[in-house]
Amino acid sequence: MDKLLSANIKTVFQFLIDGRITVSELISNTLEKAHRLKKYNAFITLTENEAQQRAQQSTQRYKIKKPLSELDGIPIAIKDNFCTSNIKTTCASRMLSNFIPTYNATVYERLITAGAILIGKTNLDQFAMGSGTVDSVSGPAKNHWMYNENNDNFYISGGSSGGSAISVATGTCFAAIGSDTGGSTRNPASYCGLVGLKPTYGLVSRYGLIPLVNSMDVPGILTRTVDDCVVVLNCVAGFDPKDSTSLTKPYRKIRLPSVNKLSIKNLKVGIPNEYHCEHLDEEVLDVWNEVAKLLECNGAKIQQVSMPHTEYSIVCYSILNQCEVASNMARYDGIEYGFRAKEDASTEKLFATSRSLGFNEVVRNRILTGNYFLLTRNYDKYFNQALRVRRLIVQDFDEVWENVQLLLTPTTLTTAPLYEDFVQKTNRDQCALQDYCTQPANMAGIPAVTLPIKLSSKGMPISLQIMGKNLSEPMLLALAKYIENAVQFKHCTEI
Amino acid sequence: MLKNLCRHVSKDYYPSLELRRSITNKSDNKWTSVVGLEVHAQINTVSKLFSGAPTNFSSPVNTNVSFFDCSIPGTLPVLNEKCVEYGVLTALALNCRVNPVSTFDRKHYFYADIPSGYQITQQRHPLANDGKLEFQVFTPGFHKTPYRTQVRIKQLQLEQDSGKTLHDVDRSLVDLNRAGVPLMELVFEPDLKDGEEAAALLKELITILQRIGTCSCKMEEGALRVDANVSVHKKGDPLGVRTETKNIGSVRGVAGAIRYEIDRQIKIKESGGEIENETRAWDAVNKTTVAMRDKERQQDYRYMPEPNLPPLHLAMGPVEHGCVNVDDLRKSLPELPEETRSRLRDDFGLNLEQSIILVNEKSFLELFEGACRSRKLQGKLLANLLINEYTNVLHKMDLEPSQVTFDSEYFGEIVELVQTGQISRNIAKLVLDEIIHGNHKNPLQIIKENNWMQITDENELIKLCQNVIEENEKIVTQYKSGKTKVFKALLGLVATKSKQRANMAKCDRILKELLSK
Repeated sequence: MDKLLSANIKTVFQFLIDGRITVSELISNTLEKAHRLKKYNAFITLTENEAQQRAQQSTQRYKIKKPLSELDGIPIAIKDNFCTSNIKTTCASRMLSNFIPTYNATVYERLITAGAILIGKTNLDQFAMGSGTVDSVSGPAKNHWMYNENNDNFYISGGSSGGSAISVATGTCFAAIGSDTGGSTRNPASYCGLVGLKPTYGLVSRYGLIPLVNSMDVPGILTRTVDDCVVVLNCVAGFDPKDSTSLTKPYRKIRLPSVNKLSIKNLKVGIPNEYHCEHLDEEVLDVWNEVAKLLECNGAKIQQVSMPHTEYSIVCYSILNQCEVASNMARYDGIEYGFRAKEDASTEKLFATSRSLGFNEVVRNRILTGNYFLLTRNYDKYFNQALRVRRLIVQDFDEVWENVQLLLTPTTLTTAPLYEDFVQKTNRDQCALQDYCTQPANMAGIPAVTLPIKLSSKGMPISLQIMGKNLSEPMLLALAKYIENAVQFKHCTEI
Repeated sequence: MLKNLCRHVSKDYYPSLELRRSITNKSDNKWTSVVGLEVHAQINTVSKLFSGAPTNFSSPVNTNVSFFDCSIPGTLPVLNEKCVEYGVLTALALNCRVNPVSTFDRKHYFYADIPSGYQITQQRHPLANDGKLEFQVFTPGFHKTPYRTQVRIKQLQLEQDSGKTLHDVDRSLVDLNRAGVPLMELVFEPDLKDGEEAAALLKELITILQRIGTCSCKMEEGALRVDANVSVHKKGDPLGVRTETKNIGSVRGVAGAIRYEIDRQIKIKESGGEIENETRAWDAVNKTTVAMRDKERQQDYRYMPEPNLPPLHLAMGPVEHGCVNVDDLRKSLPELPEETRSRLRDDFGLNLEQSIILVNEKSFLELFEGACRSRKLQGKLLANLLINEYTNVLHKMDLEPSQVTFDSEYFGEIVELVQTGQISRNIAKLVLDEIIHGNHKNPLQIIKENNWMQITDENELIKLCQNVIEENEKIVTQYKSGKTKVFKALLGLVATKSKQRANMAKCDRILKELLSK
């Protein structure tokens, strides 16, 4: 059974069609595994009852040979910042520890409409502010690679969608939804050895995603294979009238050719010099070079390109992030929902105490700085300046697309750090370091995918990122599939 | 060369315009008041600006609330197209420049009735700018004659309303029915000089908005709320410090609040005091303005572009794609009040006052136009009967014109009877009174039954006049001895004797003839 849980969606779908296994059996095995692997702290909430009920319905559908889609009966997980009706949605924060939405995020709605079965809501940094899944009221999510039960120390999962990454990487489910604002899907995917897709901004609806930075947030997809990623993307992508920033152009489902029909001949791939920064790990650099060479040997045209504003992306992001955070977090006042402090001296006091107790320090700091940047006297100096820099970064990409079709870069500068090392640095410094390669794609709104290449000398996954212009997902994922096949990364799911 | 010299000399000789102004002002020590209005008009749509929740005024507490309206995490705003359409219509009616692209901003403040902690508004790039409205100022009893003035409109922006906080003894309760209701904020330049001009502007605005249907203007429901900025200064001096009086709830309230505020500020300044830049509230009961609590003082709203709403594009000119088509909306605009007034003057020969009164009172205009539709009537007479006799009857019964539905067919018939000399204006009043009191018969029937037809028969009138002369020897003697003033008294007696039925024009002549014999 563990073998089946490690397979890809297509295989499981065939098993279900053939009746070699029922959805109910699949789901109970999944839930059993989720319980067994609780030590990794991937889930904040396991939705067992919900899952079993849906499994029965799905089993019936297969019985009459009428599955809803190839996702029917497939166990999935969703980051705990997507609203799920009747299921607690906490954002890993005390502020929303009692929040049970009465509506579904569009992404979740589309997945269950296709028959997918939610097994749990996954762990994250509080309100997705972080890159380690260490700042969660539910405790840190732990990377299962090189995990030693007898040692207090462990490798972090990355974040902020760390729980989603662990749930898929351990073979507890086949796909998970994360969110990606500065790399929150790709970073943990990279550290846990997964395919992690950040789609084009607006391709997948944000309705029901509790926002971090509205202008950069996108729902992300974490899977073990590129094909699985395509299946999930095809299900969730496309216009949503509930999200005014969603793209109205009709979505055309992606169908990738089989591996033997994939060719990268004359594909123009750029290697941006600026991604070769001082903190880049030697082993990651080597892998980057190896893959570039591999592509070149197979007919791709590799060329070095320059994106001079890359280094400003992080500081620019930091300002925009904190401004939007200050604004987005203003609604948490303890009045309509969420945590309310026992305080009745005055309404203002109630606001202040609820917010002070409900948010962790990272959130509170970002609110404070964000409000400072937004003051009338500072607005032009910080916010407007950041917007100008953002345009320059977008321009870097636009210019690059004149010469190349895709970009190949590292996803993270290193492999997953150890928890004890990671927490030495502040959340702010970690984000600046961790998001270096992933963050520019959010600035520009372009799609990016990370995929695992090989293990490091310490036995941790090393991954690379491919970026393309807006709506270039078909080409992006085709190249990812090509590399995936060439490197044959071995997942570690049978645990 | 000589010419040049002359020009040069004259320039030095005559003080420049600025200087002259300040010289004259030294002697002229009067205060000048400057008034500007900000109007929040609720857009007349069935659903809210960014959600599908209804906007009914009378719904039970917290029942018009969508997830978005109570700021449930993860919800997003979706712009209501109808609000854009109505906003554009209003902008066009106010001669604004409609912007092909406008954007939304977040304005932050912490109130329990603003659940998201910010209001979505259009601070930086509003829907429309630079409007201009010409209107007539005429408050009968205050102004002798009407005058025309104009006000500029700085901007028109779309924004959300807030909810309501209700303060109980030991707790506060929040009603979110109003949260997210669509508003147009109209910012007028401070081009007005007093409360009467402000009231006239408001009246004109209400007439326009009701005519194009973009706002109900029911001030009692809060559908139209007015803030007035007032300052006073001496001519030639820079503008004074202004105060803002918020949420004035009626047209007369606006006039009253501004008048009070001007007087208050002048009194303070004359006694050597300083005006504070503050927010005040109009106390309609005591007819005063009072300073509001400190919370309203200048705060930093930390404006930020609303990231969940893309820029609002409008189709206009060569641009065919947009939320609404501005050119089509322009074509759909109905006749506006100022146009109606000139039409009434040009086509019906009304004077300016009459045209103003008719346009200000919707039911009058409807009666006027209804009566004219099927009959050839003298406009002036019709207007006079409406403004004098009809108003008089309503006034006696303590009724507002809007409370009465009078059949315009009947009204036309009455006017026609006056016009053809079959009844007098006094009788017309009696007929109007009968009908408003519930008599369903048509005017002619009422007149016949009451024997109110005017006496026009020459012989009958001569007889009537002779009787009056015989019965009032004393007055006749006075008249004949040169006191011609008493003629009016005699004429009045003729009217009374005929029970208002005599044709007075004819009687005037007959009586004069008889007396000169």
